[in-house]
Amino acid sequence: MTAWKDMELTGWGRASAAKTRACRPERQPEVAAALAETGAEGIIAHGAGRAYGDAALNSGGRAMLTTRLDRLLSFDASTGEVVAEPGVCFRDLIDAFVARGFMPPASPGTAFATVGGAVAADVHGKNHDRHGSFGDHVQWFDLLTADGETRRVSAESDPELFAATIGGMGLTGILRAVCFRMLPHASPFVRVRERRIRNLDEFLAAFAEIRDTATFSVGWIDALARGNDAGRGILETAEFAPGEAAQMRPRRARAVPVDLPGFVLNSWTVRSFNEVYFRRVPEGGRERIAPFAEFLYPLDSIHRWNRIYGRKGFYQFQCVVPDDAARAALTTLLSEIAEAGAASFLAVLKTLGREGRGYLSFPMRGHTLALDFPRRAATDALLRRLEAIVLSHGGRVYLAKDALLSPEALRAMYPKLPQFEQVLARVDPNNVFVSDLARRLALKPVRGAA
Amino acid sequence: MTAAAETWLVLGGSSAIARAFARVAAQDGADVLLAGRDRDDLEKSAADIAIRSGRRAAVVDFDATDFKSHAALIEQAKREAGAGTLGIFIAFGTMPSQAEIDADATLAFRTIESNYTGAVSILQHAAPVLEAQGRGAVIALGSVAGDRGRLKNYVYGSAKAGLGAYLQGLRARLFRSGVTVTTVKPGFVDTAMTFGLPGMFLVASPDAVARACLAAARRGREEVYVPFFWRGIMTVIRNIPERIFKRLSI
Repeated sequence: MTAWKDMELTGWGRASAAKTRACRPERQPEVAAALAETGAEGIIAHGAGRAYGDAALNSGGRAMLTTRLDRLLSFDASTGEVVAEPGVCFRDLIDAFVARGFMPPASPGTAFATVGGAVAADVHGKNHDRHGSFGDHVQWFDLLTADGETRRVSAESDPELFAATIGGMGLTGILRAVCFRMLPHASPFVRVRERRIRNLDEFLAAFAEIRDTATFSVGWIDALARGNDAGRGILETAEFAPGEAAQMRPRRARAVPVDLPGFVLNSWTVRSFNEVYFRRVPEGGRERIAPFAEFLYPLDSIHRWNRIYGRKGFYQFQCVVPDDAARAALTTLLSEIAEAGAASFLAVLKTLGREGRGYLSFPMRGHTLALDFPRRAATDALLRRLEAIVLSHGGRVYLAKDALLSPEALRAMYPKLPQFEQVLARVDPNNVFVSDLARRLALKPVRGAA
Repeated sequence: MTAAAETWLVLGGSSAIARAFARVAAQDGADVLLAGRDRDDLEKSAADIAIRSGRRAAVVDFDATDFKSHAALIEQAKREAGAGTLGIFIAFGTMPSQAEIDADATLAFRTIESNYTGAVSILQHAAPVLEAQGRGAVIALGSVAGDRGRLKNYVYGSAKAGLGAYLQGLRARLFRSGVTVTTVKPGFVDTAMTFGLPGMFLVASPDAVARACLAAARRGREEVYVPFFWRGIMTVIRNIPERIFKRLSI
């Protein structure tokens, strides 16, 4: 008998929440046992809870917390091949392998995210142009499917189920183990170059110049800037720095102790922050040597930073638009956002290199923009306008961040959705694996509406 | 790989606290022997520990109530430790609900055997080995449930109380050979045993408890509560007069 606990789970943005019945297996056989106890209410795997919206939530149904399945099962130092349980997080990979010359092949902006989540969202990082997304490095995975069987799935053994699971938001089953290749690196330290970018055109030109050569790149953008300044920001690039060493300060992570009141983040405080953040980089740019992990996960030193948005939470919006539409799309998006004055200081612009291997993989060759919006009355409407802009420019919205997309927009943005649905019909005809996201996007029927 | 200066025999190695302890000990430079019944699970943990720490992690079969096997197990652990120091970490046990026990008298005996008799058996075999090596440590997980018999948990509590008394005596015996015995009494810990139970508060993570266990043993502490404030809570609970306590349904 599995122990189930009634609890409320939230997305990282805390604008989405679900009352759910959760279990938390610690040993592998408990995973299948818990699934066997699941009925029509359905279940979804829930890892570190770092998806921003409702991807890992299942209101009124069940959730399987995978955080205790956190073991590294094998490592081959000659190839960098790792087999990990789904609850292993990027912090574990960094701690275990960076000193041995390997890095996670693609890494989201937080090291607290899990390997299971990385597969489910086909996550990308600051090296996407060079190395692709997480799914590009997956060799195989063991997937518990609705029939209670665990299958070892690779791109060769079952290409459709493989492509439906990479980026499939957990809807094909529950991962029990994932085999992927780590990448060799030349140093645990990187040389980070920061430079000011005066506007969007300069940003696009800078990315065009560096995207094929820089190992890591990411742009911070001041989404409140308007007119001639629209699109201004800081471009960071990083290269491994063999022979260099920075001081490994064991920086103590601080936590945001309480929910900040909603008024703390207003357009004036954010505008001031952005001004300071922009000017802290001297006009001629600057360089520093940093531990690789510190560069990759700047926000991880502030635990529970999602509390700065207060109790109502926030939405994160992330889209990608194809290169040839980038200028037009980003100009329109930024002007809409600046007009609304609703953006926060966490706005990120970067390039993506190629399509992922999953039917619902987010990446495509293009430019991606990500921003946080405090949840206010007008936010829903703003996000709908942004979605429409993205759609009209041939782009798509990232499901790991999303909480508001419509089924119609999803269908238009993800052309391989029919293939995805075919696989679901084959491996999960009774809709055992469900989430609030899946119901919202009509990937699964709404409960009771048979 | 050279044998570590220290090898921990972790008994009941599949539990969340034992898993965390083995990880912490290996990261601190020790080799670990994971002992328990679920070999498949223990091998996964051993692989994990070896990958993360670079230390040796091996699996040995152990059944707390198969008393006849305990002598051989201790022999094996001694061999594995080689010239290094053998340490013993006791984390096995079961905690059926009192209602289940009240419905099945044999479950009461099984609870006592797994929590108390098994620990006594293994430690009786280990004591001469530890005396002979003249150093090392025993860490055993007691429980705040052993501090006072309660309506909700008295069979488990009595087994842990018995274990506590046994460890006090063993501590005095091994003290004479330079071996420390640390009784750790965790309050509520976020494990599979407590997941979903009502009334949990101030819950500690297995990792925090594991670190506290190792730190307490390093300092040669006799009895520690983890987190520390449980000492205060239990002082209050121990001092409630029995004629009142019997009326409470805690």
